[in-house]
Amino acid sequence: MSSRTIVEDKKLAGTVKRFLYSQKVAPYVLVSPFIISFLIFFLVPTIQTINMSFHKVISLNSMEFIGIKNYTRLWNVHFFNAIRTNTIYTLICVCTMIPIPIILSVILNDKLIRGRNFYRSVFFIPSLTSVIVAGVSFRLIFGSLPNALFNWLLSFVGVEPVSWNMEYWPAMFIMVCLALWRVTGVYMIYFLSGLQSIPEELYESADIDGADSVKKFFHITLPLLKPTTLYVLTLVIFEGYRMFGESYVYWEENTPGDLGLTITRYIYMEAFRKNDMGFGSAIGITLLCIVMIINVIQLKSFGLFRKED
Amino acid sequence: MGKKWIAMLLVVFLLAGILAGCGGGTTSGKGSKEPTKLSFWLFNEVHKQFYEPGIEDWNKQYPDKPIDVTFEIYPNQEMGSKLLIALQSGTGAPDISDININYFSNFLQGDIQLAPLNSVVDPIRDKFIESRFDCYSKDGKVYGLPTHVGATVVYYNKELCDAAGIDIDSLDTWEKFEQAGRDYLAKTGKKWIGIETGNQRPFWPMIVQRGGDYLDKDGNVVLDSEINIEVLSQINRWYNEEGFAVGLPGGSTATEEAFSFINSGEIAALIMPMWYMSRFINYMPDIKGKVYIRPMPRSGPNDALSAGIGGTGTSVTLQSKDVDLAVEVLAHLKLTPEANIRFWTDAAFDPPRWDVWDKPELQKPDEYFGNEKVFNMLLQLKDNIPSPNYGDLSSSAQDIVMNTVMYQTLVEKQDPATVLKNAADELRSKQ
Repeated sequence: MSSRTIVEDKKLAGTVKRFLYSQKVAPYVLVSPFIISFLIFFLVPTIQTINMSFHKVISLNSMEFIGIKNYTRLWNVHFFNAIRTNTIYTLICVCTMIPIPIILSVILNDKLIRGRNFYRSVFFIPSLTSVIVAGVSFRLIFGSLPNALFNWLLSFVGVEPVSWNMEYWPAMFIMVCLALWRVTGVYMIYFLSGLQSIPEELYESADIDGADSVKKFFHITLPLLKPTTLYVLTLVIFEGYRMFGESYVYWEENTPGDLGLTITRYIYMEAFRKNDMGFGSAIGITLLCIVMIINVIQLKSFGLFRKED
Repeated sequence: MGKKWIAMLLVVFLLAGILAGCGGGTTSGKGSKEPTKLSFWLFNEVHKQFYEPGIEDWNKQYPDKPIDVTFEIYPNQEMGSKLLIALQSGTGAPDISDININYFSNFLQGDIQLAPLNSVVDPIRDKFIESRFDCYSKDGKVYGLPTHVGATVVYYNKELCDAAGIDIDSLDTWEKFEQAGRDYLAKTGKKWIGIETGNQRPFWPMIVQRGGDYLDKDGNVVLDSEINIEVLSQINRWYNEEGFAVGLPGGSTATEEAFSFINSGEIAALIMPMWYMSRFINYMPDIKGKVYIRPMPRSGPNDALSAGIGGTGTSVTLQSKDVDLAVEVLAHLKLTPEANIRFWTDAAFDPPRWDVWDKPELQKPDEYFGNEKVFNMLLQLKDNIPSPNYGDLSSSAQDIVMNTVMYQTLVEKQDPATVLKNAADELRSKQ
């Protein structure tokens, strides 16, 4: 190897080094994996979906432009049923999946509780199971025969056996139950980490002022948990509107009376079972808009868009 | 410094290796006796039981054209969507695939990506219940081969019927069948028949038996026809007014709860296709020997003796590397007399090729079903088993009957005529 090439090699290595170590370039290099995967796996499909929603899709290579006809077809009772189910489901989730984890995390954050690490993992374990696996057990627990577990328990308080997956509110109940059982632990962990960032001094000075634990909870804990609560709220709303698995495990092939029909499930049925990709795309884009609008309203009302002082 | 470059080079090779793996071009040794690899998708483990011996058989008969078949089994609905996407995107489809009849119409739209099978079907067409090819055909071309007839029959729990003094052989009209239901309810206080409140049986076979259907021969919506309204009102009367019918738990005959419900003798009669025999044998062991199979009752001499409901069409995709061979193999697996005998002996399906129905294997009395020769009864029905019409709207029509029509009529107690009218209008708006 001649001395000249060695010098050149060193120069080249120097350039690469300078490039990678430069303060201007490094951030871009570091975020590039995310940006690239976002572009390839999210932005491109989204644009394609918007395009497909204005077409009758015969196969992926042949499409026929039909304007907004797919969107006008959305004006039907099944889509409204799906929106209603999703909205009620999300509301119930918001009312349960925030207070319950907060209460649990406050209890499990108390140093007086014995074996709290054990309980923390106990509450967290359900979230490690998949919806499908958990759903199979839940389907059996909520069977409609009198000797199914939940009906059997109800018989002790004198309640007649319920057809859980054939009536509206029982159907809603079993879907929320499954979701609640699975996600409580995760949200509890979020709140626990939020709790640990609250300075101990605040509680001490409240003690000196003579505040009891209820007062401390409402005047210190809750307000300081606001960022975590907002984050969880966003997640719950998003998860609520895109819910699919909880419905799928109870009604695998079809959902009588649209009981388990959610927007995502409607996409699945129209696009894949009935081979109507164009209509499925239109539903998907509408879902995206609904979730965006709700999130923007919510973030705005909590003042997240205001400039920091 | 040198080490770093080597490391980088290694990374490049690694990446290149991964990407090359995506290409996956395999060159098979043609001409040699290397077996041709064929992939085969299924949505039911049971079907493997009769395909595997068929493949062994092929390799023995045609040593010059050996094959090596790999099966992949997916859940029903998932497989339907997976195959649809593979065919639409032009890559990833298997050579041969089972397709549920409920989704088959999806595959017959636009540019059809399945191979026409007329070359193997036409020579033996007259040996088959012909309506079973019509389900998988479009414009005179057959794209799928049937697995069973799915002739609808009535399954009676004879022990329960005898105890209530009901002679199942006398129930040849719907009138007598209903009277038996009333008597049974009055005597035992239990329900006579189980029906699906979240699915489409016995509604579908009962309308097809009388000449009704969801779609007509040209695929137009006829869901709100007089016959359909009459039949739906009849079932509604059983369920909501006279009360001798009960909704099966879970709303369908396919749920675990329904199996245990029937198994524990809660109902005495069930109207289902012949393929439901395998469910009895596999999931309801306690009523073994007590279940007897009889033809459907009729409302008059113009009614058919049965109706062929449900099905699996098996197709060759155009993505197959050797379409001709795949078609030949498929014909061997589904059209030969031996294959049809296997449908019965290995999976308890009523084979669509009727000239095997009197073969000794099929004439063996069945222990589960009262030691009777089930196929003697089926032979009497042979020429009178119509199948429903299938068209572009088939999947949508079935969905709307399962999700809306049955639920609104039976559970929400709405007027059958109005429910069917609304459902038909909704379907027509999709045309």
